[in-house]
Amino acid sequence: MGNCLVPSSLITSGRRSGLLQRFQSTLVVAEHNNETLTPITLNAITAATKLGSDVSCLVAGTNCAKVAEQLSKVQGVKKVLVAQHEAYKGLLPEELTPLILATQKQFSFTHICAGASAFGKNLLPRVAAKLDVAPISDIIEIKSPDTFVRTIYAGNALCTIKCNESVKVFTVRGTSFEPAAVEGGSASSEEVSPSAPVGVSEWLEQTLTKSDRPELTSAKVVVSGGRGLKNGENFKLLYDLADKLNAAVGASRAAVDAGYVPNDMQVGQTGKIVAPELYIAVGISGAIQHLAGMKDSKTIVAINKDPEAPIFQVADYGIVADLFKVVPELTEALKK
Amino acid sequence: MVSHKSRTGWILLLKFTLSDRGGRVTMSARVLVGVKRVIDYAVKIRVKPDRTGVVTDGVKHSMNPFCEIAVEEAIKLKEKKLVKEVVAVSCGPQQVQETIRTALAMGADRGIHVEVSGKDYETLGPLQVSKIFAALAKKEQADLIILGKQAIDDDCNQTGQMTAALLDWPQGTFASEMTLEADKLKVVREVDGGLETIKIKLPAVVTADLRLNTPRYATLPNIMKAKKKKIANVKPADLGVDVCSRLEVLKVDEPPQRQAGVKVETVDDLVGKLKEAGRV
Repeated sequence: MGNCLVPSSLITSGRRSGLLQRFQSTLVVAEHNNETLTPITLNAITAATKLGSDVSCLVAGTNCAKVAEQLSKVQGVKKVLVAQHEAYKGLLPEELTPLILATQKQFSFTHICAGASAFGKNLLPRVAAKLDVAPISDIIEIKSPDTFVRTIYAGNALCTIKCNESVKVFTVRGTSFEPAAVEGGSASSEEVSPSAPVGVSEWLEQTLTKSDRPELTSAKVVVSGGRGLKNGENFKLLYDLADKLNAAVGASRAAVDAGYVPNDMQVGQTGKIVAPELYIAVGISGAIQHLAGMKDSKTIVAINKDPEAPIFQVADYGIVADLFKVVPELTEALKK
Repeated sequence: MVSHKSRTGWILLLKFTLSDRGGRVTMSARVLVGVKRVIDYAVKIRVKPDRTGVVTDGVKHSMNPFCEIAVEEAIKLKEKKLVKEVVAVSCGPQQVQETIRTALAMGADRGIHVEVSGKDYETLGPLQVSKIFAALAKKEQADLIILGKQAIDDDCNQTGQMTAALLDWPQGTFASEMTLEADKLKVVREVDGGLETIKIKLPAVVTADLRLNTPRYATLPNIMKAKKKKIANVKPADLGVDVCSRLEVLKVDEPPQRQAGVKVETVDDLVGKLKEAGRV
């Protein structure tokens, strides 16, 4: 047991992949809202270019023109594949998967990837299963075209994986790769035929949290609050501070569960992974699951009245004091 | 006397009967829930000195938190009389039977232990597990599979999506709310910018996010009752599933440690330090 019998078909595909080593090609599935490209796609494109291969981007949606136009200028992109159809409303994985499989059949990519966002995480494993390959989630480094590094156990271990699949399907941690430049590229554009609608799922509506602040996962500064804020109204203290710093506002699971702020603000193993230049943790104890989402931040500041809070073990600068006193003072001091 | 409430329940049941099952007019819906045994979420893990993995021997294990939420949701459906049977499934060595027992104590009706051990267990990943779930779903004629959105050990977030793909069923991932509506399921999903609502046809696969529910604690009487419930033992080969993996773990390392920081006394100190570091 444990010894795998390699079917002859695999041996041939192994030989073929040896040959393809020199002609690698990567498909990046673009994430967008029919108006603009989602920034994590740019990080995924950078990861794709590290494979030393031709990079194609697939834009599927109900309205692709603007996004295809943006993508054609992104540095590193060779070809933009466009599939426009009403069936792609809401970018449902049931509808996108057949399209990606058809595209794969036509172009035989060696790698298929997307950003490790809710969109990428939802879609790519479905594609991988259809290709009968094991996907790799949320990679933080590419060692070679078949060797990747990712974190396991809430970021407490780094796992280096060699992927012996004929097609490598993976999602990319946005904060681990620089975004590709949005100017200077000159990709060709090509229409691909939409797949026949599957019709087993239907997108009904979206309730997005509106905010004028920068987007959490790409913000340079993040101010996060935890249970110590005591209620939703007190988060105003953090919004005021964030406005001074042009920061996004995040939260710990405790703050989300207590209903202080919506779910999409959660930073951590099961929320968003951020790695800003400055992360200010306010009234957050620093549980393993929270640290998983922010410990790659360049500078971490902790404001907590409990000197024993685990957050101080990762903080570059800590202040043991009452947040209700310190945060307004900090906001005031930054005005100067 | 038939109360109004139970009448409503019956109507829902009739509606939920799937037409493509030869027109059975009974409450036939069966839910499979996947449960994974993982190192307890509160444990600070240690990487093995030989860098082949993390230390698991003698370390506290428990049910993956997202799987608990999946079990709770399945049981709630049964309590609302929308499904007939909840089957808890776990893949792994002998010890995963404890995890199945926990699901039975929470209220699952029976368990299936898919026995995988030794080297095969070390390399067991979402692709193999999803093949097992897909085969079981067919064998057991399941109408719904509920899984957690990710396991807190491998952090893959893949198995549900892959199971749905193999069965060609729709998927409702990262669910924070689910409602049965006749032969469809309305799922509110946690996405990056907020929430989105989709409607998917049954049979389907749903993966649970943290906000779906609060799992119950198993009471002592229920733990005792769970001991009498049946756990069937099957092997992947019985299901026609080859568990061999083409992913190879080359090494597992400790993440880089952060430099110890400093405590500052005043806000002015803090601002000074941040300015020095060029962060504000």
